[in-house]
Amino acid sequence: MSWADLNLMPALPEIFLLSAVSVILVLDLFLSDKQRGITYLLSLLSLIGCAVITLTTSQPFPELTFSGMFVDDPMADLAKVGMYVAMGATLVYSRQYIADRGFYRGEFFTLSLFMLLGMMVMVSAHHFLTLYIGLELMSLALYALVALRRDSTQATEAAMKYFVLGALASGMLLYGMSMVYGATGSLDIGKIAAALTNGSANMSLAMFGLVFIVAGLAFKLGAVPFHMWVPDVYQGAPTAVTLLIGGAPKLAAFVFVVRILSQGLEPLVSQWQGMLVILAVLSMAIGNITAIAQTNLKRMLAYSTISHMGFLVLGILAGTPAGLSASLFYAVVYVLMSLAGFGVLLLLSRAGVDCETLDDLKGLNRKNSWYAFLMLVVMFSMAGIPPMVGFNAKLAVLKSVVDIGLIWLAVVGVVFSLIGAFYYLRVVKVMYFDEATDAEPVSQVGMDMRVLLSVNAIALLVLGIVPDGLYSVCVEAMKQSLQVL
Amino acid sequence: MSFQAFVFYVLSAILVFAGVRVITAKNPVHAALFLVLAFFTASGHWLLLQSEFLAISLVLVYVGAVMVLFLFVVMMLDIDFEQLREGFWRNLPVAGTVAAIMVAEMVLILTSPESNLNGFKEPAALAADYSNVKDLGRQIYTTYLYPFELAAVLLLLAIVAAIALTMRKRKDTKWVDPAEQVKVRRNDRVRMIQMAAEPRVEDRGGDTNNDNAAA
Repeated sequence: MSWADLNLMPALPEIFLLSAVSVILVLDLFLSDKQRGITYLLSLLSLIGCAVITLTTSQPFPELTFSGMFVDDPMADLAKVGMYVAMGATLVYSRQYIADRGFYRGEFFTLSLFMLLGMMVMVSAHHFLTLYIGLELMSLALYALVALRRDSTQATEAAMKYFVLGALASGMLLYGMSMVYGATGSLDIGKIAAALTNGSANMSLAMFGLVFIVAGLAFKLGAVPFHMWVPDVYQGAPTAVTLLIGGAPKLAAFVFVVRILSQGLEPLVSQWQGMLVILAVLSMAIGNITAIAQTNLKRMLAYSTISHMGFLVLGILAGTPAGLSASLFYAVVYVLMSLAGFGVLLLLSRAGVDCETLDDLKGLNRKNSWYAFLMLVVMFSMAGIPPMVGFNAKLAVLKSVVDIGLIWLAVVGVVFSLIGAFYYLRVVKVMYFDEATDAEPVSQVGMDMRVLLSVNAIALLVLGIVPDGLYSVCVEAMKQSLQVL
Repeated sequence: MSFQAFVFYVLSAILVFAGVRVITAKNPVHAALFLVLAFFTASGHWLLLQSEFLAISLVLVYVGAVMVLFLFVVMMLDIDFEQLREGFWRNLPVAGTVAAIMVAEMVLILTSPESNLNGFKEPAALAADYSNVKDLGRQIYTTYLYPFELAAVLLLLAIVAAIALTMRKRKDTKWVDPAEQVKVRRNDRVRMIQMAAEPRVEDRGGDTNNDNAAA
């Protein structure tokens, strides 16, 4: 390979983002605390720049570069655009919150952008090495972000738990990857799939590696029985950082799982399908049932995340293109719901007071009926009640499971989402039918956040009525991206 | 016995001796120096395997940086090594058992027909003008360019994260801006005042004692 062969075009968004982060990093040193708005605006601008580059260089077919370690396909592009939107919304929602709590600093933005870079590397990786480095880039930034508010013991504890368990999961994933390397003699996703198909690989060793890889992936997704870190980290982290963890990374994690299981280890589908069934059933059961007992909203949403990850896994385990598109759709929709849900919590948090418990939402309808309505849309969507888009997402995933003949699994999914509807509806009941415990008016926030949050929540309703556009984009992206390279 | 085999056995003998002395030397500085000897001999083994880059980096990184740092720490901190060594005979049975199990495991794996070590051919000898460093460099900057650059980004992120987590303006910090300190004038620090002399107070010591007792 020579320099003339190196095609940098597919990786242009990553290169742009890295340059932008470096510029922001240096520029921020020369800004006083009053001028921090410049860092904020530059971060948003670099997100817009990335989106423009990704959309203009997008191709309807996969393209490899960097010796086959990097792939630019429609699935990666879709995930990247979704992540830009999620990061942009997160930054807008969190600005007031972090300013009130004294960590409106340049590092919050640079670390967030580094995290985005890690996720972009993850979704565009076509090699176990780059998959892993992308994952570490994302995780390292997240550990630091959780711990950024150092005067809070809760946040420090959450960061410690997240760091130790995340390192353990990375270790398991690496161990599994090394076993697969031993079995197939390659780290390239296409070559691994080829070696497993043509029988040149040591199957028992590959199976051994698969078990560790699935365990590591389940850790990163937060699926039961590897979910213990999720509630503590969601609750302990500052709400702005919880939003960072609960938004874009879920989309990245989904593509990460697809790259490893549905592309690299696709020939072993009959083996990993069974493991994912266990993960899915346990996640939906424990997530939904434990969430009922929670009075802390962030903790409740953490358990709700676990149950949603169970649903996400349902589509992956189907192993069909239809199932994977349904899961991609689910991931995109989940990110939108998660953004709006935590966005409302950020909106209702005042300086010094976090909106965290069910009691804080009591009588919200009296105080501000519009915010209460937005939260209602989010909760209905998460519960999967039509006409919100959460219903369409659940329906698509369940349909793919029925298509492969696992009707009992679809029934289990429906039963647990019915159980889950209880705690979502309880939030609505508290907002509309309970008396407020305090007379504090809802805090005033900037127009940008109010408008964006309203658009975000209303999008859940609009997409629920006309889901076909987004759904067909997911189907098309998945169809083009699944061919073996 | 070929010359290479002779060199191998001599180096190995020195390595084993140095390794044993690392844990038996009474003086910690001697132990650290024996560890340096062990690293140096091990790099000789790498040279025998025609991996000159690994040999050089072992000496540069471990002997040149890590061990020197370690020696500094040993010399600067006053650690009572006799105290650390106290449990040696008491812990010996457990340590010996663990070591024996590890040796048994290694023997079982290496001699097992499953691992089939004889199936691996001896690597062909490399040409005299073959350069390991050049080959590594070429690989890193062509095939593995992308992960290599990403690793650099990872290090940058680690620096940013470490600084973000540890540096902040503290109210009780003793830090002084040197420029401000140099510019200081006598009038900024010293104020001359005129005070009338206090009349002498008798039996002062007794009073303070009473106050303390009352408090």
